[in-house]
Amino acid sequence: MSAPDFTHDSARSARGVAFKALFALCAFLSILTTIAIVATLLYDAVDFFAAVSPAEFFTETTWSPENEVYGVWPLISGTLIITLGSALIALPIGLLTAIYLSEYATERRRAYLKPALEVLAGVPTVVYGYFALVYVTPVLDRILPIGTFNALSASIMVGIMIIPMVSSISEDAMSAVPDSLRQASYGLGATKFTVSTSVVVPAALSGILSSYILALSRAIGETMIVAIAAGQTPRMIDLTDPGGMFLESVQTMTAAMVQLGASDVVGQSTEYKSLFAVGLTLFVITFAMNLVSEWVSSRYREVYR
Amino acid sequence: MSSETDRPDLTDASEPAFGRVSRTKDVAFRWLTLAAALVGILALAALLVNVLVDALALFDAQHGPWIDWQFLTNPPSFSDPYDAGFFPAIVGSIALMIVIALITFPLGVGAAIYLEEYASDGYLTQFIQLNIANLAGVPSVVYGLLGLGLFVSLLNLGFGTLLVAGFTVSLLILPIVIISAQEAIRSVPDSQRQASYGMGATKWQTIRNVILPRAMPGILTGTILALGRAIGETAPLIMIGAPTAVFGVPNSLFSKVSAMPMQIFTWADRPEMQFQYGVVAAGVVTLLVILLSINSIAILIRNKYQQKNGQ
Repeated sequence: MSAPDFTHDSARSARGVAFKALFALCAFLSILTTIAIVATLLYDAVDFFAAVSPAEFFTETTWSPENEVYGVWPLISGTLIITLGSALIALPIGLLTAIYLSEYATERRRAYLKPALEVLAGVPTVVYGYFALVYVTPVLDRILPIGTFNALSASIMVGIMIIPMVSSISEDAMSAVPDSLRQASYGLGATKFTVSTSVVVPAALSGILSSYILALSRAIGETMIVAIAAGQTPRMIDLTDPGGMFLESVQTMTAAMVQLGASDVVGQSTEYKSLFAVGLTLFVITFAMNLVSEWVSSRYREVYR
Repeated sequence: MSSETDRPDLTDASEPAFGRVSRTKDVAFRWLTLAAALVGILALAALLVNVLVDALALFDAQHGPWIDWQFLTNPPSFSDPYDAGFFPAIVGSIALMIVIALITFPLGVGAAIYLEEYASDGYLTQFIQLNIANLAGVPSVVYGLLGLGLFVSLLNLGFGTLLVAGFTVSLLILPIVIISAQEAIRSVPDSQRQASYGMGATKWQTIRNVILPRAMPGILTGTILALGRAIGETAPLIMIGAPTAVFGVPNSLFSKVSAMPMQIFTWADRPEMQFQYGVVAAGVVTLLVILLSINSIAILIRNKYQQKNGQ
């Protein structure tokens, strides 16, 4: 936005400079926020790691703050279970939805469906958590040997919540695929199915991947659904028992943080500080994923624009 | 003759894939994608019907609806579901929203003006932009830790006060406000800026008199939608130590504040059926109705603005 500057009046431009500085300050606040997040997390996490060795934190397979055992793996493991479950729901459904919106839907239908899908992401997560606990779990209970708190109903709800994130970013990527590619494919006698699956999806792959990464990052950071519906049982993934993995209660990193935050642990205890160590781990994982997603999608932007 | 044999015979049955188009697969796929598009929406609709039925006690002849005047005006209760009310939580949420709006609106618009109108396309701007996009993806519970570490522990503003809750959730939705304000400012045609400069206006005059009025409906829509996000947030409030029960109305920035999702969370813990299927359902419906009203206001503003532009 390089507009010619015709400001000669010194009083006017002094005011202009002041406003520019003020606005710049607002923009720099975002960088300050990032610095503040890292600083607050590190400040207490460093104290925590002075009391509990990082080796213990990252190798121990038991999480039990009451007994002074702080191994983060059961929490990461619980987070992975929920992420896997919600991915199995949201990634295929989100991709198919995006294909429908971008390739099949009429302008009119899209005008109704897109805002309706956005409602899914706008429902407060505490409401989804309540839905999972009070409506989904009893229904599943009639079919499966399921606990009151279980990973399955929480995963389903997290999955439904992140569908619009996958579908809207994937649809943007598919809409950016040049029409000439589709026309060329139709010219060869391809059906809409072939055009969608063999031309549009591969061409939009980096955008789709970036939406997947972003959605997974959102699932990893999701808090209230898992805190309410998945329970508070930190345990390791048992790969020999994939059924029990979803049917029983698990505890994610975020749910463990809520449990510690809602209890009255005191400010200087190791238990309190473990909150920040878990928070730092969560922050690093999601921040890295967001960066990767940004990088993947910026690659695809260069190809078509 | 030889050239003819070089060419494959397109009608030859040994080339079955050519010339024969599977319509079944095409139609089936179309229905599959439509079904996928409807799955989430229908699931949510079913759940909403369930919660509405429970909140109004439609199939329960024993007592009237859980949402009534008493529910909306009473303080909360954890022992008697029939006496439990939502009033402090509703007022708390509204007070919180006002504080958040007062903080995020100027900061968000200011940052957007800088990024769109002043900043050059250098590495620093790109870095700020990337940073804002990343902040939008930081889990809300981490913002709660930021609030706990910065505002509660370091600045000593007190556990669960209106001010701390306001600051924390403001930082959380600020990236969303900035991004939507940027889009609104970007949509103002460049010809209008040039016209303003042509009249001899300064940059600030152009921003104040030309760009901001044109971008304001878009900025307001984005901000209101972000506020809708803010009143649904629970995790940050838990982390900054918002109390599980507030019986009064906040009367200063330093009073302890409750909020609707926080109250729902603490009620959902109660094992009694009357709480699980009655009181909490009533709370959920109230929260969703208020959220829906807020979002409708945003849509109304957007539609009115679009009509004006259409003329």
